Amino acid sequence: MAHDGTASHGSTGNTELVRVATSEHRLARYGLIGTALCFVGMFLVLPLAAVFTEAMRNGPGEFLTVLADPETFSAIRLTLIVAGIAVPLNLVFGIAAAWAIAKFEFKGKAFLTTLIDLPFSVSPVISGMVFVLLFGSHSLIGPWLQSHGVQILFAVPGIVLATVFVTFPFVARELIPLMQEQGTSDEEAALSLGASGWQTFWHVTLPNIKWGLLYGVLLCNARAMGEFGAVSVVSGHIRGLTNTMPLQVEILYNEYNFVAAFAVATLLALLALVTLVLKSLLEMKYSAQIAASRRH
Amino acid sequence: MEVRVQNIRKEFGRFPALNDVSLDIRSGELIALLGPSGSGKTTLLRLIAGLESPTEGTVYFGNEDASRKTVQQRNIGFVFQHYALFRHMTVLDNVSFGLTIRPADRRPSKADIRKRALELLDLVQLSGLEKRYPAQLSGGQRQRVALARAMAVEPNVLLLDEPFGALDAQVRKELRRWLREIHDRTGHTTVFVTHDQDEALELADRVVVMSKGQIEQIGTPDEIYDTPNSPFVFGFIGQSNILAVRVENGQLWLEDRSIGVSAPGEADGPAQLYFRPHDIELLDGCGGCIAGIVTVTRRVAGTRHVELDIGAANSTVEIELPPEKVTSDRSRIAFRPTRWKLFRD
Repeated sequence: MAHDGTASHGSTGNTELVRVATSEHRLARYGLIGTALCFVGMFLVLPLAAVFTEAMRNGPGEFLTVLADPETFSAIRLTLIVAGIAVPLNLVFGIAAAWAIAKFEFKGKAFLTTLIDLPFSVSPVISGMVFVLLFGSHSLIGPWLQSHGVQILFAVPGIVLATVFVTFPFVARELIPLMQEQGTSDEEAALSLGASGWQTFWHVTLPNIKWGLLYGVLLCNARAMGEFGAVSVVSGHIRGLTNTMPLQVEILYNEYNFVAAFAVATLLALLALVTLVLKSLLEMKYSAQIAASRRH
Repeated sequence: MEVRVQNIRKEFGRFPALNDVSLDIRSGELIALLGPSGSGKTTLLRLIAGLESPTEGTVYFGNEDASRKTVQQRNIGFVFQHYALFRHMTVLDNVSFGLTIRPADRRPSKADIRKRALELLDLVQLSGLEKRYPAQLSGGQRQRVALARAMAVEPNVLLLDEPFGALDAQVRKELRRWLREIHDRTGHTTVFVTHDQDEALELADRVVVMSKGQIEQIGTPDEIYDTPNSPFVFGFIGQSNILAVRVENGQLWLEDRSIGVSAPGEADGPAQLYFRPHDIELLDGCGGCIAGIVTVTRRVAGTRHVELDIGAANSTVEIELPPEKVTSDRSRIAFRPTRWKLFRD
């Protein structure tokens, strides 16, 4: 009995000690949380709210009319087309690159891995300049292409090329660590059971990487639609023809057409929000799968 | 099916993993590739499977040269150390996989595939778990699914790469016995890789001991244990004592004393004497023996392990005695090896 008494006494003493050791003074706690909230509010929530309020300044009616403007409408369409070409291209490229890097040993592998990261480290403006230098009227290929009636710069192909370049690493970067961790024995098992290379990819590799792949595609798409710098250099800003949504926002804003500028900006902001939500949902699912692959 | 490996050489970069290895695997036998890590045993297994291709040499399946065949054409069953089950498929789908991916003209009907997969799951004692996913199974269960999956395609040869390596000791022992039963019932030619000598000696019809990319010895478990043909095999399998001795006129001498062991036909000169701790007889008088003073005794299950200090130049020798033979520290024991082998450098 006496023992029990001392034991319980001792344990209460311990909990108090633990509480003191792991938590800060109330003032410090609220102070830190408050600072963090202020920061998030000022730099994230406030600007986002401003975009939406500015767009709705003259009511939802005008918001819709502005979006129905033919130039704006063509900007939206162009953005969708560009993303629709760039994302599938980088999807295929990303899988191929990740496959090569994760499942094979070859010379120059480290170099290739670094090269894939290049678009991340280069300023988007420079990425655009590269294409101007490559296809401009003073370049080697430019005049030849032009004489054959192929227009790259200041046209859709140039915009697609610049976007592909800038969004190059997203899918590959997402897949390489995942595929490296999963190793090659699943594929070897499928091959030993008589599966062809394509069957192995379709029935074994792809299901193993599908969440990581989707995640990479989502990020790639968000960037493809929102890219400004590289596209701005190669597009030539031809109204109704080569303006993507981010470029259209800039033009409208420079013309003091604030409601229209913010209305288009709203669409881009919505894209960002949807991406974020999907990304968080995927992360929940995807992390469970990563954990499963570790357990496996 | 009979598998023959002939003069196989395999290099990774410039590092030789296998050097002129030849091996005949008889139809229906259960054979173990045993060796320390880096001995080339897994490489040899993967070469038979077609997951690696040899730098030189040939692999025959029956009378057919399989060296140019791909892994798919060889029709083998491979079981991986970490199971490599398809995690997004149920147990049943995993086992059926090899049959469902066949081209239409060689593919059994859906009902037949299902029937065969269920039969195999019954064979590996996993009936009722066919709807589970790999993540919902224990390690031992997963490895049994992997074996059922490999057997579903009626392979020419079953190849197992450290099949019990990732399991804990208890499950390991159970599965070992169980694999032997399955083998006796199905009669598949089976090759398995292990670094665990108990596993190899208990399970296999024949054991291939490998070291540094070469085969050291091939034989039944008894042959490997009782008559090792190299210092490596002697040292790697079981316990052994090594003494530096001298041969003189067909007698073995330890420093300045005869140890009462004759080696007729052996040339004079220095040699290494190898013997097992239990292959000895105790002597009362010492008219030619190894004598030493007890330094440590340990009782391990049914035997008593005794360490003896036998004099200056030689370190300690360990012998095994029946437990009822009580020895006290510092007491003197005289013995003579009954089964032994001499090796020269």
